[in-house]
Amino acid sequence: MFMEEKQNFQTFQDFNTTIFKPKSKEEISQIIKECYKKNIPLEISCYKSKKNIGRNFQAEKTLNLSEYTGIIEYKPEELYIKVKAGTSLKEIKSELDKHNQQLAFEPVDFGLLFNGKNNEGSIGGVVACNFAGPRRFKVGSARDHVLGFQGVNGKGEVIKSGGTVVKNVTGYDLSKILSGSFGTLTVLTEISIKVLPKPPSNKTLIINSPHLKKALEFLRLALSSSSDPSGGVFYPEYFKNHFTFNDLTIKGPITAIRIEGLNQSVEYRITKLREELKVDNNEHVILETEQSNIFWEKTKCLQVFSELKNNLIRIVVPPSESFDIINKLKIYNVKYFIDWGGNLIWVQLDNISLKTLRDIKEFVVKASGYLTVIKIEENLKASVDIFTIDPIKYKITEKIKKSFDPKRILNPGKMYSGI
Amino acid sequence: MTNLQMPKVEKSIISNKDKIVSDISKIIKEDNILSHVDEIKPYETDALAAYKQAPLIVVLPETVEEVSAILKYCNENKIKVVPRGAGTGLSGGALPLADCVLLAMGKFNKIIELDFNNKCVVAQPCVTNLAITHAVQDKGFYYAPDPSSQIACSIGGNVAENSGGVHSLKYGATTNNLLGIEVVLMDGTIARFGGKTMDAEGYDFLGLMTGSEGLLAVITEVTVKILKSPEIVKTALVGFSTIDDAGNCVAQIIAQGCIPAGMEIMDKALTKATNDYSKAGYPTDAEAMMIIEFDGTEHEVEEYINKVKKIAEKNNSSSLKISKSKEERLKFWAGRKAAFPACGVLAPDYMCMDGSIPRGKLAEVLKEITRLSKKYDLPVANAFHAGDGNLHPLIMFDANDKESLRKTEELGAEILKYCVKVGGALTGEHGVGIEKRELMCEAFNNTDIQQQLTIKAALDPNSLLNPGKVYPILRKCAEEGRVHVHGGKTKFPDIPRF
Repeated sequence: MFMEEKQNFQTFQDFNTTIFKPKSKEEISQIIKECYKKNIPLEISCYKSKKNIGRNFQAEKTLNLSEYTGIIEYKPEELYIKVKAGTSLKEIKSELDKHNQQLAFEPVDFGLLFNGKNNEGSIGGVVACNFAGPRRFKVGSARDHVLGFQGVNGKGEVIKSGGTVVKNVTGYDLSKILSGSFGTLTVLTEISIKVLPKPPSNKTLIINSPHLKKALEFLRLALSSSSDPSGGVFYPEYFKNHFTFNDLTIKGPITAIRIEGLNQSVEYRITKLREELKVDNNEHVILETEQSNIFWEKTKCLQVFSELKNNLIRIVVPPSESFDIINKLKIYNVKYFIDWGGNLIWVQLDNISLKTLRDIKEFVVKASGYLTVIKIEENLKASVDIFTIDPIKYKITEKIKKSFDPKRILNPGKMYSGI
Repeated sequence: MTNLQMPKVEKSIISNKDKIVSDISKIIKEDNILSHVDEIKPYETDALAAYKQAPLIVVLPETVEEVSAILKYCNENKIKVVPRGAGTGLSGGALPLADCVLLAMGKFNKIIELDFNNKCVVAQPCVTNLAITHAVQDKGFYYAPDPSSQIACSIGGNVAENSGGVHSLKYGATTNNLLGIEVVLMDGTIARFGGKTMDAEGYDFLGLMTGSEGLLAVITEVTVKILKSPEIVKTALVGFSTIDDAGNCVAQIIAQGCIPAGMEIMDKALTKATNDYSKAGYPTDAEAMMIIEFDGTEHEVEEYINKVKKIAEKNNSSSLKISKSKEERLKFWAGRKAAFPACGVLAPDYMCMDGSIPRGKLAEVLKEITRLSKKYDLPVANAFHAGDGNLHPLIMFDANDKESLRKTEELGAEILKYCVKVGGALTGEHGVGIEKRELMCEAFNNTDIQQQLTIKAALDPNSLLNPGKVYPILRKCAEEGRVHVHGGKTKFPDIPRF
């Protein structure tokens, strides 16, 4: 006992500090143990790329993982990389690049939106927030790629689940419940994540789409095609200045569909898709790999909202509902674009009131969808529900929260009041 | 393992059987309650047929409200409940308890909606896996996860076990193909997680429930995504004169950026046994044989097959055959899928293990298995989902010889422990159930297991839903774990396996 306490004392940083920057998981565990003992709420952060997403909450101290970084193990032939949670996406991607591999789920980069410059954050944050980019409908999101993790729960205990192999059904799949839990259950320390080969080539078919209904039909057909696209978006005309490519001669509203794979196959599939969609020659252009990459990078970074001052919401609905939802949104003076082949609508609202948000949420929920407030005027933030939850799920959420973090010290109130 | 400890039988519940039947008959039709010894006999085991236990009664609810009322009643009266789908599980997850109500979901067997606009199917949990593909294939769609028992296993059971299949490297397991579920918790709460949208917001209960082996909730409805069938599928058979060459070939295929739809390896013993059994045209002189399948567009498949040809040659392949027709492709698979019955011909009994290993460790693990096989003087044949690292060693023995059974159990446990040691997992797709329960401490420490038990307690504080499964009782780690089939007399011996 004496030894243990002595060790705690030695590895600990000054407990009086307000920001802890641990360098080892033992330190993380000790900090949380101490906070558990003393009932001190902690804000979990790293590079602050998604700090503004979620509810505001009071935390006496911050646990910042930006110094807990590094690649522990990378096995390209086993298709996984094991990293410390604070490792930046930038570092991971540059390592994967060397072997022509990637994180296939293309995490959304919120940096431009919140701070005017790219910031993909840390792998821990990417998993904890689970916002997948355009490839979502084909490959899944972060939760589908986490093979295993090690973390520290709200009692300061080091726990693990999963491993580094793809197939593993040993015990509950805790990787899933932690993905998208916004750091409210466990502080991730190590993550093993699946990586996949980068497709050697990609092209984007861009179709002039003056009619929204037709655009959504293009997306529906594309996603049901054996051409196997990996991206499908619709941008209305007001965003045209964001896409000034040499080859993009269409200046109106556009539907864009990405095809990736081996060179010849991409060529063949894009031709096939064009035929399936019955697109005339003068109504479409094709972006080759280089321009296509930039196009999807812009989409992934939400570049069209980079000058946005105020409010952005994210609506996910079954694609068959998208048309109605967008029509209903029109009265609110919105700007939007559609991602995930019709499953996801990013919506900018210049003016927002509590009533507006309530009304929108009501028709989204009615359409079997959900709405997340990504960015909102500070004076309104405290009064709105950032996430959507029903009473039954709230009760279960409360129980699960308690099973990981009984004293509610990890990001308390970040997702829901009382959680 | 035959002496596996199960939760304490509550005598008061058994003596109260008549009252329980009478109470439940107020919730569901009397015809849907089975209590006579002859009626409940068929429910005394699942596909881990070495273990048998008749339940107290069997109930066959027809609606989610009935499931909810039964669970609420059992929760209030502290009666254990064991849920059951098609009963094809290989790890004993649906093994009844003497004092339990067996909740048989067999009447939940309808497809509720085919939604092509949103590319999904909504089905009741006892619809079979293959029935989903059958329902949508005329429009050119299919459901991707394909456990080998897909003609009989239920989609609800697939969710409970997070079933995989031979194509899970490219298409993922059940958890990656699931959009929503409706479940009933032990206290009777009906909840819906997910739906037809992707990544439902909030805690991922859908992901938590998937693979929870019936310990957290009873599944009453499932929404799965469907995919467009690929334009073309081609399969190659490649023989190698050493296991190392086969292993290196797998590693290089992946390293060169190929993600095949399926990639299987069988060792010489199994190649010969399956070829004798099904005349699949396998290279029986090869030390290892690989079946590799690509799907997609014609160009793509051709290009990948050519790449694989080159990689195989570089790794000293001794033979290479590419399917020229659908018939030939299915013939290539027929042998592989008949691995169970083929082994049944070789020995009176065999036990099928289900470990996961890093792909690159195949040669090392097979060498260790050969060493152990010699040490225990028991033949072992090996099938390997090389794409996703799932290894199925089949240990052949004679169960009538007690010593042979004991040795087999020891050998099996040693193999699984070795899988964990090289960085793999105890179970890739069959689940823990009762079969690998006592080996959980090999993979997890006490804190890990406690965290999982705390989650269980949060949703089922009295531990009434499927107790005695997955987690060791008293956390005592014995040395057990495998599927035991006696003389082919397992349940559903004809269903293709793993």
